[in-house]
Amino acid sequence: MTTISGHRGLEMEEPLIFERDAPGQSGVDLPAPPTAQTRLGRVAPRARVGLPGLSEPEVVRHYTRLSQKNFAIDAGFYPLGSCTMKHNPRLGERLARLPGFADLHPLQPVATIQGALSVIDLLAGWLKALTGMAAVAMTPAAGAHGEMCGLMAIRAAHDHRGGPRRLRVLVPESAHGTNPATAAALGFTVDTIPATAEGRVDVEALKARLGFDVAALMLTNPNTCGLFERDMLAIAQAVHDAGAFLYCDGANFNAIVGRIRPADLGVDAMHINLHKTFSTPHGGGGPGSGPVVFAAALAPFVPLPLVVHNDDGLRLAETQDEDDGTALAYGRMKAFHGQVGVFVRALAYTLSHGADGLHQASGDAVLSANYLLARLKDRFNAPFPGPCMHEALFDDRSLKGTGVTTLDIAKALIDEGFHPMTVYFPLVVHGAMLIEPTESESKATLDQFITTMSGLADRAKAGDVAWFQAAPRLTPRRRLDETLAARRPVLRWRPE
Amino acid sequence: MRYLPLTEADRRAMLAEIGVASVAELYADAPAAALLPGPIPGLPGHQGELEVERALSALAARNLPAGSVPCFLGGGAYRHHIPATVDHLIQRGEFLTSYTPYQPEVSQGTLQSLFEFQTQVALLAGLDVANASMYDGATACAEAVMMANRVTRRRRAVLAGNLHPHYRDTTATLGRFTGFEVVARHPDPRGRESLIDSIDDATSCVVVQTPDVFGHLHDLAPLAAACQAKGALLVAVVTEVMSLGLLTPPGAMGADIVAAEGQSLGNPLSFGGPHLGLFAAREKYLRQMPGRLVGQTVDADGRRGWVLTLSTREQHIRREKATSNICTNAGLCALAFTIHLSLLGEAGFTALARLNHAKAVQLAGKLGDLDGVRVLNDGFFNEFTLRLPRRASKLVNKLARRGILGGVPAVRLFPEADGMSDLLLVACTECTTEADMDALCRAFAELL
Repeated sequence: MTTISGHRGLEMEEPLIFERDAPGQSGVDLPAPPTAQTRLGRVAPRARVGLPGLSEPEVVRHYTRLSQKNFAIDAGFYPLGSCTMKHNPRLGERLARLPGFADLHPLQPVATIQGALSVIDLLAGWLKALTGMAAVAMTPAAGAHGEMCGLMAIRAAHDHRGGPRRLRVLVPESAHGTNPATAAALGFTVDTIPATAEGRVDVEALKARLGFDVAALMLTNPNTCGLFERDMLAIAQAVHDAGAFLYCDGANFNAIVGRIRPADLGVDAMHINLHKTFSTPHGGGGPGSGPVVFAAALAPFVPLPLVVHNDDGLRLAETQDEDDGTALAYGRMKAFHGQVGVFVRALAYTLSHGADGLHQASGDAVLSANYLLARLKDRFNAPFPGPCMHEALFDDRSLKGTGVTTLDIAKALIDEGFHPMTVYFPLVVHGAMLIEPTESESKATLDQFITTMSGLADRAKAGDVAWFQAAPRLTPRRRLDETLAARRPVLRWRPE
Repeated sequence: MRYLPLTEADRRAMLAEIGVASVAELYADAPAAALLPGPIPGLPGHQGELEVERALSALAARNLPAGSVPCFLGGGAYRHHIPATVDHLIQRGEFLTSYTPYQPEVSQGTLQSLFEFQTQVALLAGLDVANASMYDGATACAEAVMMANRVTRRRRAVLAGNLHPHYRDTTATLGRFTGFEVVARHPDPRGRESLIDSIDDATSCVVVQTPDVFGHLHDLAPLAAACQAKGALLVAVVTEVMSLGLLTPPGAMGADIVAAEGQSLGNPLSFGGPHLGLFAAREKYLRQMPGRLVGQTVDADGRRGWVLTLSTREQHIRREKATSNICTNAGLCALAFTIHLSLLGEAGFTALARLNHAKAVQLAGKLGDLDGVRVLNDGFFNEFTLRLPRRASKLVNKLARRGILGGVPAVRLFPEADGMSDLLLVACTECTTEADMDALCRAFAELL
């Protein structure tokens, strides 16, 4: 249906902010500067920037309207596999905004920041206890950044030991793309390990690739097929026997947090996505935070700064120093001391749950995924038998011959009021649909999703291809032409 | 537990449907010895919202909020006023609790705001294109060097001595492990360093900051010409993005890549993170850029819309051949930046930049009149460096005891460099009042 205004009820058409320009207008009132004098040396002031002018109500309306074109966890089920889209408690938002945290400058004198250093220290303590590990580097800004930190530590440890350079990193083919990208960025050769027919690392193939030039295995466990690596202890043993380290991608930590400590699996280093397992908001793509826990063998090889205890309280160790235990610490991952605003939220979440709540939460996440797997496996093909961990994986075999694709199922789900699952990942199964319900969903929501998915499967079997290909119909925009966007990139607004 | 919707009855029904007796059976693939039967011993149990709020509020109370006292801290993080509107809008659940816009039909809000963000960043930098954010300014700087290495197929980066040391260290750390050479020059607090002689045929890029870490402003044009003559790229770093409301943008002076910290717009200090990396470049280097890009396209009905694009550069498609491993970036911080800048608009942003500068000019005048205090800068934006007749770190601690955050001692940033002990970095923003300035001047007069 078309309207005169272009709006559709509660859904408003909204141009770019640049197309709302009322020259000279501003949404901020400022005092006159105290002096007209400038001290710019020999540098010239700039001419126009080119920004549009709008009043405050116009800006509020613009971004409110944009917000209404987004799906979000607050609004509905968001089972995006690998992303752990769980409920984001607003307590964390309130606490992170306390002036004692939000309005704290990173370079204040140490006597004025004791509470902030305590937040870092307390969260570090929880992360070590939950993983059984000896040390934690708190500064990495996201999971991929944590991977980098972990592999740097591994490189530093190998260098410290001496011996021939280890230039290969083994990565299972089901791994997240960040794993090979990280290893390659650090100059390692990436050696891909195939999966078995059961969706797990092929241990024999792994052993055949291990050698004294291998620095590490980067393993995701639970893996991206939603399965626990059954041979985990044998894998760890083989890796260690070869003198290599076992790096674990902690993106799927939510399945085991509070139930299994990665240290007990032989893991030497693992990043933890605080924006996944510890529920800090994903924010449309960040900010994240990716602390890395280390076993004792890697503990000396951490980036600076570290929070250390001394007689007067807490302090930041920002240089290599024998007394601080930072003699072998390396460089810096980013400016300042980590994503402290994210730490406050993660700590609030952790304290809220406590050890018992975390144990229950991971159990509920795994239970919910298995429930989806059990109830959908008659309609969609599950390439690997359960039990699964916190994600249920399906492929597109049951859609074969219908003309309907995984992408069509995803787009049809949108019209049904659900955010699609992760599609076409992991790459090891054809037309993958990776469903991560998390522990945040009621049984009623899971049942409604099951009913919807079952209905879509029936519709696909009935041969209603055109209906699928026209989906979504009920969104602010229908399917977007991604080929056009890439062929003729328009990456910014320009005046006509 | 208030975050968990499943009831015991739900759990029993679901277990029955699955055909197992307990949740523990679902973990049958895990080694039995590693599987804990109950909560990890020795850790506290769950708590209500009130108790958690009390515990964390007590920690917050042990900090001195910068805004509660006269504050003159800068050094790469700046205390600006954030309009109430910014914080309200970014807390809308549709923005706060969504993720990377992989499904564009249900993410047009995030995508359009990022397209606006990319446009704003490109305009501020004076360059063609910008990405949808990096973690922070320091990691953006390191990524810029990696990109310059790819573009030039060289592996030697020259870092200006007056580059923020955290940016230098972040870049050098990456260089150490990825195998590119970093030539980090010595800091020059007087701001007279010349970099032109350090460029040779093996140089992939020169990284220079303006305003630099001591507050000096640099005309980049001669350096840009020298880089171009040697086939090297010029990477310009900006740690105070507010300066781009007043100063000629690096792109207009010949920079090829701008790596900047965007915290000053829309984002609180937050003890140093999360902040916001800005990354802009010339269009000809587009395919070598790191990070997400949002592009314009049309939908099935021919209507304008936005999608993530050129993702063949990225890790989830290209894996080990990606331009960067970055995935999650600083989405919500970018939104805060965009909303703040949209509120300011052309008139507000340029006026705010002038106001910041005017405050600093005023304070530099007052402090420079004190006996024994010398302002080292000819030009500056909102931060300048003082040479004091005594150790700056001791003075700063004394000032803190009087309830004044009096600046950043240069030794805090350069613990290993010589000649820094009597230098103090002092910053002003629109938040600085005349009373703040007078309090600082009085304390200086008494303590020096």
